Amino acid sequence: MAAGDCSAVELVEACIAAQGAAADLNAVVAATAEQARAAARHADQRRHRNEARPLEGIPVAVKDIFCTRGVATTAGSRILDGFVPAYESTVGAKLWDAGAILLGKTNMDEFAMGSSNETSWWGPVRNPWSPAAGPSLVPGGSSGGSAAIVAARAVPAALGTDTGGSIRQPASFCGVVGLKPTYGRCSRWGIIAFASSLDQAGPLTRSVADAALILQHIAGFDPKDSTSADLPVPDLHAALHGDVKGLRVGIPAEYRLDTLPVAVGDLWEQGIAWFRAAGAELLDVSLPHTRYALPAYYIVAPAEASANLARYDGVRFGRRSAGRDPDDLYTRTRREGFGEEVRRRIMIGGYVLSEGYYDAYYLRAQQVRTRIAEDFRTAFREVDVLLTPTAPSSAFPEGAKTDDPLAMYVNDIFTVPASLAGLPAISVPAGLDDDRLPLGLQLIGRAFDEATLLRAAAALENAVGTLPSPMGSA
Amino acid sequence: MTGARTIVGATGEWELVIGLEVHAQVATRSKLFSGAATAFGAEPNAQVSLVDAAMPGMLPVINRAAVDQAIRTGLALGAEVNRFSVFDRKNYFYPDLPQGYQISQYRHPIVGTGELRVDLPDGRTRVVGIERLHLEQDAGKLVHDRSATDSHVDLNRAGIPLMEIVSRPDLRDWEEAGAYLRKLRALLRAIGSCDGNMEEGSLRADANVSVRRPGASLGTRCELKNLNSVRFLMRAIEVEARRQVAVIEAGEAVRQETRLYDPQRNETRAMRSKEDAHDYRYFPDPDLLPLRLSEARIEQLRDSLPELPDEIRERLIGEYGLTPYDASVLVAEPGAPGFFEAAARGRSGKRVANWIVTNLFGALNEAGRPLAESPVSAETLGQLVGLIEDGTISDRIARDVFEEMFRTGASPQSIVDARGLRQIQDTDAIDAAIDAALAANPGQLEQYHAGKTKVLGWFVGQVMKATRGQANPALVNARLRQKLDADGAG
Repeated sequence: MAAGDCSAVELVEACIAAQGAAADLNAVVAATAEQARAAARHADQRRHRNEARPLEGIPVAVKDIFCTRGVATTAGSRILDGFVPAYESTVGAKLWDAGAILLGKTNMDEFAMGSSNETSWWGPVRNPWSPAAGPSLVPGGSSGGSAAIVAARAVPAALGTDTGGSIRQPASFCGVVGLKPTYGRCSRWGIIAFASSLDQAGPLTRSVADAALILQHIAGFDPKDSTSADLPVPDLHAALHGDVKGLRVGIPAEYRLDTLPVAVGDLWEQGIAWFRAAGAELLDVSLPHTRYALPAYYIVAPAEASANLARYDGVRFGRRSAGRDPDDLYTRTRREGFGEEVRRRIMIGGYVLSEGYYDAYYLRAQQVRTRIAEDFRTAFREVDVLLTPTAPSSAFPEGAKTDDPLAMYVNDIFTVPASLAGLPAISVPAGLDDDRLPLGLQLIGRAFDEATLLRAAAALENAVGTLPSPMGSA
Repeated sequence: MTGARTIVGATGEWELVIGLEVHAQVATRSKLFSGAATAFGAEPNAQVSLVDAAMPGMLPVINRAAVDQAIRTGLALGAEVNRFSVFDRKNYFYPDLPQGYQISQYRHPIVGTGELRVDLPDGRTRVVGIERLHLEQDAGKLVHDRSATDSHVDLNRAGIPLMEIVSRPDLRDWEEAGAYLRKLRALLRAIGSCDGNMEEGSLRADANVSVRRPGASLGTRCELKNLNSVRFLMRAIEVEARRQVAVIEAGEAVRQETRLYDPQRNETRAMRSKEDAHDYRYFPDPDLLPLRLSEARIEQLRDSLPELPDEIRERLIGEYGLTPYDASVLVAEPGAPGFFEAAARGRSGKRVANWIVTNLFGALNEAGRPLAESPVSAETLGQLVGLIEDGTISDRIARDVFEEMFRTGASPQSIVDARGLRQIQDTDAIDAAIDAALAANPGQLEQYHAGKTKVLGWFVGQVMKATRGQANPALVNARLRQKLDADGAG
């Protein structure tokens, strides 16, 4: 656009057309075409006046968990039917201030609770890699709509949120880059909360450079979020030179699961080989408490969610079911407004916090969390980044795991530990499996060291080379 | 012996055990976790931010000024200020609680143990242990009178900062509980951390009450909720303790429950029992970082404290010779120590204190007015005491003058002058009145000489009556005695 090859209006029109063509994916739950067109005209005018901002005219799709001023926001839940925020999330406002254009709110698992986008009130999202014949594959979740719409080339970038893998796992399933920044790097203000101590916004893009660019403009301290970090954001673009000579890359022994599919294991070995070839130093490390991460996560996250979702009571906003008295109103509103997975997690959360169980579950899970963070600190004394698979499989068919919550939860096995420790992590598309479905490799970095993480990710991306697109061509 | 009141039931004596949980609204301009205003009396829902209404995606940010006031209060209570404290979520559903949880402090409060000295009317002092002080947000208010079918919610109070100050169960009767609450209110007002205005709900108390045989182990307690005046607190405790005694003496057991006091009927009623008590599922609020306080901040706040009520009390006792009780009453009333010191300049402090505590406070109480609106100023009250001290008027006359001062706001001198109340010091005039009284009552005179010396007092009364109370009573007494005894000898 800076070279004048294409205007913002042309880019936005192309994306609108592509989103229309990809409507069968069910990736977008609220289109914002008209306001995007107006914003594109405005962007072109600015560029003509030499007032272009860093992201001037770039369309970005936003997960429906970000509150968008004047645009319906439901977090994939019936209970927020009709809710139109009067405010913009901090992260969203930063994007628009940098010149980006909102193009679509994307489908997601209800309140970000899911790993397949099947818990959405809006229905499942179809992975663009699904074979033309045969069942639809899931895009992963919870940011399934964001991953799918970027994979479908219908928008260059999308925002997601990651609580236990909700950016990285769908990025892996859809063959795009997904970056979860350090907890505290981006403001959570205006993002509908799932698990406050874990939620973090981040980009899903086609390249590592684009992910770095988006992060550069959404990161930073926000006085309205007490948990956001008052630290400067380094120049992330400068980190993308691709040189990893001497970079110490750790391979955690505990991630070598017996149950790992051969293709995933092979790709991991390939990743190790790529880094070695690029001059990095490969080291085996141990993260001994890894196996407690998933159980701890499925205590902490539901506990926080059970309180975070208490405000959806039908009293002030969203959907209300009629009730005889306040208790009846709550019960009906929440029973009819929340889906099964959300109700299950609220119940788990209430249970682990209840009197007599708090110490055995919640407190113990927090202790595990501390141990896991210590494991990482110890490892990062010897290495600069960790390399692991992003997910234990490629995309699976719709309905394959909906009857077995535990099988579904296992999707997060490689992503949850970094979440519990608050560390930045990125999924980079690294290859295809035997079914020609994308697989990602995950890199995990030190807290607030997104620069090193992106440097390694760019090197991995270089080594992978060009992968096919879901539509067949590169 | 504690000297506290007990309840004598049909089967003997019962002792009370009381602990108070006081909710004090922190005097801040904005709410505990949002920028919305806290002023009293605004239109419903005029002071509600997106955070207070718990809109999706909103986050709390701690109000530093509220934390400062909690620290100052802790320091004023001589309590441990915890360098590390944590905000927890207390989970329950109610329409006046938009988040579905109250942000409070449960496992790690900002202030730990301290104590409060409470001086009682009979001269005893009770040192009451403070268990803890923590910060929490207030809930909103349900409004039922706007519609016959619907209830409305006013969220102006939602998120207002409160300090919950929890005492140990060290109080032994309702007088002590009332004195504790007054003392605490005076302390909060003196340091400015709470305006102490109970009518506007800035200060409310919950009382845990149980009864037991003197010295026996603790009985089952009931919690009395939301007592919003000192008088109601005292009456509620007394009536609840009597109820418990009656229950036990009837052979039944007191049920642990939450009860409400009905001032109209002067009775308490069960609200909910222990069985249907909430499990609040407390856990640390992940939206807020633990509160860590630096030594420098604490020391700076310590330096910001004014002279505390106990320090003022000690000074009033030491400098002015006040009784501990009078000094305590003065420090418990906002502005009273300053009023006293202004009035007592150059006069007997003891006498001035007595006038303030007995007469002025009595009159103000009857009129339902605070000291700040007293028609009698420190200056005029001082003048009144001056007129007593220089013999211009007697104590008795002074009481009449005071009444008129309170009614009209006039100066005591002008009242004395206008009504001719100046005390008769002239012995000739007094002698004349005595002679007249003796001459007019030969019968009583004879009784006196027959040994009924009590008649002396009766004659003093006659003389005072004849002089419309203006004769100096000491002088009348002395002259009368002299005359009667002289007559007897002659």
